[in-house]
Amino acid sequence: MAENDLEKPKIKVGWFSFSCCEDNTVVFTELMNDHWRDWKKLFDFRHARVLKSQNILDELDVAFIEGAIASDQQAERLRQIREKSKKLVAVGACAVVGMPAGQRNYFSEGQKREIEFLTARFAALPKVLKVFEVVKVDAEVGGCPMDGNKFLEAVNGLVSELQNIK
Amino acid sequence: MHNNFDLTLDRLTKVEGSASLEIRVRENRVEHVHFKITEFKRFFTKAMEGKPVIALPQLLSRICGTCSNAHILASIEACENALGIKPSEQTMALRALTMYGLNIRDHALHLYLFAMPDIFGKDAFLDFDENDPIEGELLNDAFEIKAAGNFLSTLVAGRSVHALYPNIGGFNQIPGAPEIKIAIEKLEAIRPAVIRLVKVFENSPFHFDRNTNFMALVPKDRYGFIDGDILTSKGERVPEKNFREHLERVVLPYSQASAYKHEGEAYMVGALSRMNLAKDLLHPRTKETLATTLNLFPSTDVFYTNIAQTVEILHSIDDAIEILQNRKFEPEALQKGTNREAVGVGVVEAPRGTLYHMVKLKKDGTVESGEVIVPTGQNQVNIEEDVARLVEDLIPESSKEEIVFEIEKLIRAYDPCMSCAAHFLKVDWK
Repeated sequence: MAENDLEKPKIKVGWFSFSCCEDNTVVFTELMNDHWRDWKKLFDFRHARVLKSQNILDELDVAFIEGAIASDQQAERLRQIREKSKKLVAVGACAVVGMPAGQRNYFSEGQKREIEFLTARFAALPKVLKVFEVVKVDAEVGGCPMDGNKFLEAVNGLVSELQNIK
Repeated sequence: MHNNFDLTLDRLTKVEGSASLEIRVRENRVEHVHFKITEFKRFFTKAMEGKPVIALPQLLSRICGTCSNAHILASIEACENALGIKPSEQTMALRALTMYGLNIRDHALHLYLFAMPDIFGKDAFLDFDENDPIEGELLNDAFEIKAAGNFLSTLVAGRSVHALYPNIGGFNQIPGAPEIKIAIEKLEAIRPAVIRLVKVFENSPFHFDRNTNFMALVPKDRYGFIDGDILTSKGERVPEKNFREHLERVVLPYSQASAYKHEGEAYMVGALSRMNLAKDLLHPRTKETLATTLNLFPSTDVFYTNIAQTVEILHSIDDAIEILQNRKFEPEALQKGTNREAVGVGVVEAPRGTLYHMVKLKKDGTVESGEVIVPTGQNQVNIEEDVARLVEDLIPESSKEEIVFEIEKLIRAYDPCMSCAAHFLKVDWK
């Protein structure tokens, strides 16, 4: 990262977790060990419940999405995020390939019957969805958990692109 | 004066995962507190069925990213007990180190990023000012400590999340001498930062006292997270051979309203319980450095969970250094067990408290059924009872906003983990 990058307007970032184990959040906070100084200058974390209490969903430059989509309510929320974000990045296996959060999609008929009352009670979707099945995805960082280096590559790519636009 | 009101916190912040809270107050009395885990269930205990035993630890690791390595070790122990495998001494040392790496990283995440902003009146840890001598030092300390824990986890377990090396019957890889030397240096280097962290939480003005029962897995000789007996503050001791009986006592109620009580009462698991029940077993160097701090325990102050976590970071460092300095690691083949019809139980102390895994195997080595009981599930009733008391204490003098802030702060002190708690098949939401 060039020195003058840090003097440009901060990039507005949101981090959102849907149905998953939040392992990518942990990897993200581990990457922070080495990058927190730069990220503090570079990013305005507008919405990241793991980091702060006062979260605002307004115009975002980049939204990072981890987790699969398990209910209509989650799908609606994801569409709202998409509308407000210039770029949307799906991170981790659950967001990208829908697994293992969506393992109930592959249950036997008998297993499905046994969990039916719970999926009904919480208005869960009949089938757990990948992020791209609900909204347009600009970049993907796969892995379970996400690959830290690939995440950094994606972030650096987006930073250059967004700073050229600004 | 509020008299009647309903209070809803849609989503708690600076905690692991997603939870909400609903409180109903009538005539200034709390009628109910519902601490709701709102993560969508991913049905891991159902997904276990029919899987080969060898696939289980990695599958169940995905219950929770934060606590993944604790889930792996609990699952491995359950599978080994079912298969009749007794792990080697070296394997047990590597598992101890895996848990030390996890605790250093995970407690530091909770203490600095989740809990500390409340003490400093900030919304986020990253709002701390790098140019302020105290806040700047804490920022540096946080990421140095986390990085050292991460380094230890990666060295011993291959990854700090969903570890690759721990396996049924042993470890796939052993740490190399040059990396061990670096790990020792890194761990030694963060000791002063950890001592500063202890002081921050010792001087914290937050307190909430309410007596409850404490429960933890306590080892025989050295404070740790992977073996021992279940002890309670009532003086009960549940030995390994009775794990099944104990497990049922905890598990059976949880398809009913009174989930996770122990002998009819709420109880608490986690760092405070461990410190209350086992502080005498801490590493001698930790005890010497933190002699005054340790006089604070036993305690019934929920916020002392934070202090207990700081002590556990130092213990994890000191004992990890001792193991790494003194033990020679040699390549060992993974031990093989026998496929048979059997039940295995694994119990570890995850960072947030006692974690139980149970697996029932069929003759062909596939899983018939299983059960996982996580710390946050066990603390749920205690959290609700604490929140009810807190709200009643605050009603006469405080605004709703203040009440909400205080509730979040208290729940944060429990360090709850909703990703873990949401794997359940059976949860009573009323």
